[in-house]
Amino acid sequence: MSITSGIVFQVLQSVLVVLIAPLMLGWVNQCRAWLQNRSGAGIWQPYQVLNKLFHKDAVLAHNASSLFRATPYILFGCMWLAVGIVPVLATSLPFAPAADVIALVGLFALARVFVSLAGMDIGTSFGTLGARREMMIGFLAEPAMLMTLFTASLISHSTSLVTIVETLAHRELVIYPSMAFAAVAFLMVLLAENARIPIDNPATHLELTMIHEAMILEYSARHLALVEWAASLKLTAYITIGIAMFLPWGIAQAGDWAGLLIALAVLAVKLALAGAGLALLETISAKMRIFRAPEFLGTAFMLATLGMLIHFLLEI
Amino acid sequence: MELLLVLGVPFAGGIVLAFWGHRRFAPELNSGMSLLTLLAAVGLTARIIADGPILVWNETFFVDSFNVFLVALTAFVAFTTSLFSRPYMRIELNHGRLSPNRLRLYHSMYQMFSFTMLLALLTNNVGILWVAMEAATLTTVLLVSLYRTPASLEAAWKYFILCGVGIAQALFGTILLYFAAEKVLGSGGTALLWTHLNEVKGELEPTVLGLAFVFLLVGYGTKVGLAPLHNWLPDAHAEGPTPISAVLSGLLLNVALYAVVRAKVLAEGALGTHFAGNLMMGFGLLSVVVAAFLLSRQKDIKRLFAYSSIEHMGLMTFAFGMGGALATFAGLLHMTVHSLTKSAIFFAVGHAAQKSGTQVMADIRGLIDSNPTIGWGLMIGSLAILGTPPFGVFASEFLLLTAAMHQQPWATPFLLAALGVAFAAIFGKVQPMVFGTATAKRLPHPPALIPVFVHLAIVLLLGLYIPPYLAEWYRQAAALIG
Amino acid sequence: MPSLPLSSQLINLFAALLLLLAFAMLTQRRILSLINLFALQGFVLVLSTGVVAYSTHQTHLYYSALLTLILKVLLLPWILHRLIRALNVRWDVETLIDIPATMLIGIVLVIFAFNLATPISQIAGTITRSTLGIATASILLAFLMMITRRKAVSQVIGFLAMENGLFFAATSATYGMPMVVELGIALDVLIGTFIFGVFFFHIRETFESLDIHHLEKLKER
Repeated sequence: MSITSGIVFQVLQSVLVVLIAPLMLGWVNQCRAWLQNRSGAGIWQPYQVLNKLFHKDAVLAHNASSLFRATPYILFGCMWLAVGIVPVLATSLPFAPAADVIALVGLFALARVFVSLAGMDIGTSFGTLGARREMMIGFLAEPAMLMTLFTASLISHSTSLVTIVETLAHRELVIYPSMAFAAVAFLMVLLAENARIPIDNPATHLELTMIHEAMILEYSARHLALVEWAASLKLTAYITIGIAMFLPWGIAQAGDWAGLLIALAVLAVKLALAGAGLALLETISAKMRIFRAPEFLGTAFMLATLGMLIHFLLEI
Repeated sequence: MELLLVLGVPFAGGIVLAFWGHRRFAPELNSGMSLLTLLAAVGLTARIIADGPILVWNETFFVDSFNVFLVALTAFVAFTTSLFSRPYMRIELNHGRLSPNRLRLYHSMYQMFSFTMLLALLTNNVGILWVAMEAATLTTVLLVSLYRTPASLEAAWKYFILCGVGIAQALFGTILLYFAAEKVLGSGGTALLWTHLNEVKGELEPTVLGLAFVFLLVGYGTKVGLAPLHNWLPDAHAEGPTPISAVLSGLLLNVALYAVVRAKVLAEGALGTHFAGNLMMGFGLLSVVVAAFLLSRQKDIKRLFAYSSIEHMGLMTFAFGMGGALATFAGLLHMTVHSLTKSAIFFAVGHAAQKSGTQVMADIRGLIDSNPTIGWGLMIGSLAILGTPPFGVFASEFLLLTAAMHQQPWATPFLLAALGVAFAAIFGKVQPMVFGTATAKRLPHPPALIPVFVHLAIVLLLGLYIPPYLAEWYRQAAALIG
Repeated sequence: MPSLPLSSQLINLFAALLLLLAFAMLTQRRILSLINLFALQGFVLVLSTGVVAYSTHQTHLYYSALLTLILKVLLLPWILHRLIRALNVRWDVETLIDIPATMLIGIVLVIFAFNLATPISQIAGTITRSTLGIATASILLAFLMMITRRKAVSQVIGFLAMENGLFFAATSATYGMPMVVELGIALDVLIGTFIFGVFFFHIRETFESLDIHHLEKLKER
């Protein structure tokens, strides 16, 4: 494994995930449509939306600050970085040492701060509403997320995502109850952080029920395109982190081209299944009242803590 | 033989009365069954005195001097209570507080309750002991709520839930006990047999036994009525029909304490320290003090005497916790005399409440005038339970205090203070009830008060003179308990 | 770290599921779901006992598992379903403390239970010894459920769940109690449930509701 092949793999991975993120979102929406007995807009619809948005002129409010204009780029950058360093195709990449789960949580938190500030920047009530709700969800989701990641890292004795993947991918199949608990908790946090049902309906047009959408109501054209792209990147990032922690088999070593093809195929299958699963979950659940969200996230936290406790009791 | 009769008669009686308990002859049938049980118990006792401890039917049942005297006591009090319940229930039926169908439930469950208590006393298997204790709770729950008033439903619910939770703790303790025993005795039925456990108690794992004892004490202690787990007791005694209050107070508490003492023997053998005894002393002392101070706040006569039961059970637990020949002798004697006296008091109280139509003490006055037997029964009974010489309770309390002064002098002031407070409270409340101008009316049926005076006479006798075989018996039991 | 044999892994998985179900029961609001969760808990117990029976060749555990199946998965939930249909009780609208706080207290109890059980687990000789902590935890959680509920039916289900935990403790510490004791316990549980059922009707008749607050009038005066 040489430096160049490592860099090539890294670039390949980063570009690939950026390009397929909207496809992931499109696939999820299409599955939802099928489950709801509609014909749907096709899996390429997000690309068409992005194309349309990039060709429009951006309209900004008079009192929009530079923060407002910079946030889409920051958001996009954070998410791209997050997805880039998660080992989806291969381990031992040059950026791998940065793929620490806590650093990832920090990246997401950074993105959240900026988008909340941008939501409040213009001074409309919906923006502030969305920002406050987003902060509440984030405040509750972050401990749950951290606890999940700690539980997952207990078995591998490291918080580096790469080490976790390598340890679990190359072990024989063992049923770890603590990982099972952590997986369920992670799923709940995924739903909360990515503004999916049952926390937030991404397809809603009723502003009073919005969380994520409310913050970005003021964006248009290229800014909105970047924000939407960043949202799909965030979803892909979460799904790939989940796959890396809980279903890591099939991943390649850097420099192994044959393994890379297998890894691509395996990744495609995993992402497709994950998307379909997410769509199924969204279809069978209903959006819960915002005041039930703390219970939901509290359950996630509790599950993750339970997983950790069970690890200490049963698996040592 | 006798043991089969002792267990078989109440069980059969329960089934028979389930069909015929509402007929006119049901109370007599009930008493007849209890009499048969008593005779069988006396026969069993005679055999034990003659032959010593016996193991029956493949080691399933074990009768030694400790439990046989409790068996005899249980059968006796059950019999006298059934005699009392005849006129009492007739009056209740007359007053319209009960229907014949409920009487059927009552009679059938009364016999089943006797069966479960006797089973708990006679079994050698610690697991079956648990099953029998739980069954005893189950048989009495519906009886406490027999009147179907809101208060009685609440009392029965509390009783069920609290005792149920307590019994669950006891089950956990039994599981832990089995766990420790299995290592030494191997799995299979023998690890739960008390006789075997007693032989190997020195080899049982101390930490596990300690933990097991804590759970068993908390669990069975709830049924004994130890503070702070006593909440169900005043309500259950006050709201249920009086015969049930009498057997709960006089018998069930004793059986639960018996279970605790059996556990204590094992725990002390395994641990080698005084941990088990100290725990029992602590709980016992707490119960005595809490009950004594709550006595003065009571307005309902049955609740008053229920708290008195808590106090006396606390005294007994303290005695057994102290250990040593004198304290254990005092505990055993106290078990007997408390049982007899408390049931006698409840008999008198029951009729007094029926006469006045209320259980509130402020509304009951002048019992001596309206019905001298009830009035004197209550007065003498109260004096007896308060430890007035020459009654038996005085003798046992005196022995207990003497033992305490030798072994645990720090506890003596608490005990004396509590006993004094209890005396003042109860006497102060009973006196205006018995004397004063009469407010009560005549009862439709003549009350049954022979049981009252028979009990009190026995207690008086035991205070003055303990027959030698009885003393020897207590001594043997005390030696068993250590 | 060498991995455990498949049977131990399965038992650990079932134990974890049991704990999860105990927590789920703690946070459920609908009584119908509570009963289904209770039945599911019984089913997990049956599976777990079956695996232990298979791997340790203790045939009496098969009977024990069968008994549990009949009693706790089929009979008791059926009785409870009929009861709530007859009593028209569906929701337990409020709990005494709100649900996130209940969950936090539950976690503290779990930690306490694990600490309590560790010294005993080390002495145990069964393959299931590490699950004793989980058994203790589910007992304590069921107890918490009993005391934080308002409707009588939920308290009863908590009581039965505690009984489940005790059964699991017996299986994990000692490969189950002798059959005669288990039969006795099963009989007690069944009769207890019947009596509870009768009770509910009485309570409903007198109070027109099954809210426990009606049953708190007797206090120290």
